[in-house]
Amino acid sequence: MNYDLVVIGGGPAGLAAAIEARENGVESILVLERDRELGGILQQCIHNGFGLHTFKEELTGPEYAERFIRKLKNLSIEYKLDTMVLDVTEDKLISAVNTLDGFFQIKAKAVVLAMGCLERTRGAINIPGTRASGVYTAGTAQRFVNMEGYMVGKDVVIVGSGDIGLVMARRMTLEGANVHAVVELMPYSGGLARNIVQCLNDYDIPLRLSHTVTEVRGEDRVEEVVIAKVDEDKRPIPGTEQVIACDTLLLSVGLIPENELSKKASVEINPLTGGPVVNESMETSVPGIFACGNVVHVHDLVDWVTEESCRAGKHAAKYVKGELSASDEPIRTEAEDGVRYIVPHHIQKDNIDGKLTLMFRVDNVYENARIVIKNNGETIKSVKKRHLAPAEMESVKLKAKDLEKIQDGTLTVNVTVEEVVAQ
Amino acid sequence: MYDVTIIGAGIVGTSIAREFAKYELKTVLVDKENDVSNGTTKANSAIVHAGFDCKPGTLKAETNVRGNALYEQLCKELDVPFKKIGSFVTAFNEQDLAHLKFLKRQGEANGVQGLEILSREEVLNREPNLSQEAIAALYAPTAGIVGSFELAIALAENAADNGVEILLNSPVTAIEKTPHGYRLTAGENVIESRYVINCAGLYADKINNLVNEPYFEILPFAGEYNLFDRSTGDYLNTIVFQPPSDKGKGVVALPTVEGNFLIGPTSDGPKERNNVKTTRKGMQELREKGMKVLPDFPFHKVITSFTGLRAKTPDNDFIIDEPAGSPRFINVAAIDSPGLTAAPAIAEKVVQMVKENHGLLVEDMDFIPSRRPVNRFIEAPAEEKARLINYDPRYGRIICRCENITEGDIVDMIHRNAGAETIDGVKRRVRAGAGRCQGGFCAPRVMEILAREMNVDITSIVKDKKESYLLTGETKAPAKEFV
Repeated sequence: MNYDLVVIGGGPAGLAAAIEARENGVESILVLERDRELGGILQQCIHNGFGLHTFKEELTGPEYAERFIRKLKNLSIEYKLDTMVLDVTEDKLISAVNTLDGFFQIKAKAVVLAMGCLERTRGAINIPGTRASGVYTAGTAQRFVNMEGYMVGKDVVIVGSGDIGLVMARRMTLEGANVHAVVELMPYSGGLARNIVQCLNDYDIPLRLSHTVTEVRGEDRVEEVVIAKVDEDKRPIPGTEQVIACDTLLLSVGLIPENELSKKASVEINPLTGGPVVNESMETSVPGIFACGNVVHVHDLVDWVTEESCRAGKHAAKYVKGELSASDEPIRTEAEDGVRYIVPHHIQKDNIDGKLTLMFRVDNVYENARIVIKNNGETIKSVKKRHLAPAEMESVKLKAKDLEKIQDGTLTVNVTVEEVVAQ
Repeated sequence: MYDVTIIGAGIVGTSIAREFAKYELKTVLVDKENDVSNGTTKANSAIVHAGFDCKPGTLKAETNVRGNALYEQLCKELDVPFKKIGSFVTAFNEQDLAHLKFLKRQGEANGVQGLEILSREEVLNREPNLSQEAIAALYAPTAGIVGSFELAIALAENAADNGVEILLNSPVTAIEKTPHGYRLTAGENVIESRYVINCAGLYADKINNLVNEPYFEILPFAGEYNLFDRSTGDYLNTIVFQPPSDKGKGVVALPTVEGNFLIGPTSDGPKERNNVKTTRKGMQELREKGMKVLPDFPFHKVITSFTGLRAKTPDNDFIIDEPAGSPRFINVAAIDSPGLTAAPAIAEKVVQMVKENHGLLVEDMDFIPSRRPVNRFIEAPAEEKARLINYDPRYGRIICRCENITEGDIVDMIHRNAGAETIDGVKRRVRAGAGRCQGGFCAPRVMEILAREMNVDITSIVKDKKESYLLTGETKAPAKEFV
């Protein structure tokens, strides 16, 4: 099989990239999705709040996905479901498998990697105790409850205040479970402010900041968990332990971009994001292999995934048509004080049409701070921000007039602190 | 009336069951758990030891060296992963080095082949990630890595293929002597048997005491382990032991036969017999000791931690005997390390004891030493992949994304003898859920497959042990106007 563009992953990133590539003139496109339907993780996010930026209205996850799925079908873009990609090579030879085609290979001119991310597990954060059942990642519990129609427990403690955990606190409550607490290691929440209000405060679920779960108890099924306050080094403080009787522990302790295939394709991975190093076109270190969405860096809102993925799709189309300049990395972005990482990692100015979006996350909670963008030490742009938090992805758009000022070298982003709220 | 009843379906019980399956005997293997291989066998270092650290003349020394020699053929017959990658015992100072020389002499006395003390240069050449502080190492080429629970499961399956009955969920709570042997109460079963082989692991003393005078006590020692992501699977080429100490073999670092990396165990005890919890203290100890040998190891790549209990006794040797006054009752107890390595030899020895004491056994001419080959879709070459999907399209559906395990692989493992009935049972047999997401994506799918194949309700599927339920019921029904 031969295609101009193969998109790996039919979630919000893959869908947007495929649609954008078709609208930019690529005829031969194939989307490969491992699940039984398109839409990715949105299909289990039945709460609303999606699409405020993209559609200026509040949609549920499946509704948001459906708009793209319909468009994909209207554009007659080919896709295969229940199909797992086993290998991608640097030469863009893709090996995949499903029940209908068996084991097959596709030669592509360009590839978009859109495999998303996976949840950090109990094992990865080393919660001690027994290996009883009843410990779920929040996303797995969400799938059971929202898609399979089964409850996973009755008395729940949630560790980590990531958005999925917060949404599941509300969801489990609505389904009749008692959510005893959401326990967060950091002194601030890992989720969006609106989710704290709408999912915890509205249901009187306590958020225990600077706390952690120190032990899981129960021989076969979880019977109780021990929580404790932590010191500045995130170590449990002896004597602050509290035992909570429960049958379920949900984990919302972070997402990790899923880049096994990227590594097989020899794509360079950035250790800070866990995703591919990308340029302004969302092209990876391997020419013609693009990446977008949570496989690159974990987003807070799907709207930003869509925006980023459109950029990937558009530039993948340019690549297929031979219109994309090869990148020799003349401008590199660097995260400075207060900033954890920046996407893109480097910039080829002549590939930018119109404006350039820098996406990044800050490393702490800041009030009344400024985001300052500098090029070789010279300030290009400075934006005042009333509130900055690690849970929310920040972005700055550089317009044509800003871009004109930028010379080869480094482009830095920092947070100029006026007041730090929490360490 | 059974000829032989084996209590305990760990590596020892399954090895013995398969050994008896070679003879014209009516044999039954009973276990209190809902799966075979669900005690110490599922939580250990999975090392096939060379045999240099056992005291010469002990049962441990004898069965370790003999067991090691049997492994290659056994794993080949049963299609179980085994790699003879060799081991290093590292030395960091002169005292350690003197101990290496002692171990080498001891190993040679035990009959271990090929032992060598390697220079610092040679050691670091073979293991560049090892601490630069190492001054020498004892190399044992015959040491290897194996899938410990895969092997026990394969032994049980092959034993069952050859006629051995397996009774799970059957804790033995009473044993009485009868004119012809013994009568056992095992869960809902009453079993009459001529021979009883007690391989009850951590509970072997309790089983003995049901019918015999107490003469040994099992002291469970907890050993914690960290298992790391596949990306660290090639961090070492060999098994690396800490410098020798009084506390047994100490913390070991090794690539696993499945492609992960393992560091452990700690040693803490005696503990309660069900205390398999991990602790913060244990994890810190593993990190400290691991860093001594592998200073730059990426500890953050841990995917899971677990604790195994070792059935120790103060005498520090295996017990393989017939207690006085109880003919045809054989205790196979206190099988701590190197029990996994020794198991095939222990099985030979137990059958030999039966032969010597009670006459020759008739060989079963129909015995088939191999089990049906395991397909392992992801490891198959392209043509074989195509053939498998053609044979059963379910080999084309990947269920476990981290380890690339297909529905075909899973269904096959459900329908074998001693087949999988639980989520962890599937994981131990085909690795679905053993990868970095630890079953986050595949658990719902695996449950669906188990429920369908066993024709039960999905809410009855458990994670591992009997009460380890996963679902508490259906979600609220939709309001009438939406139906």
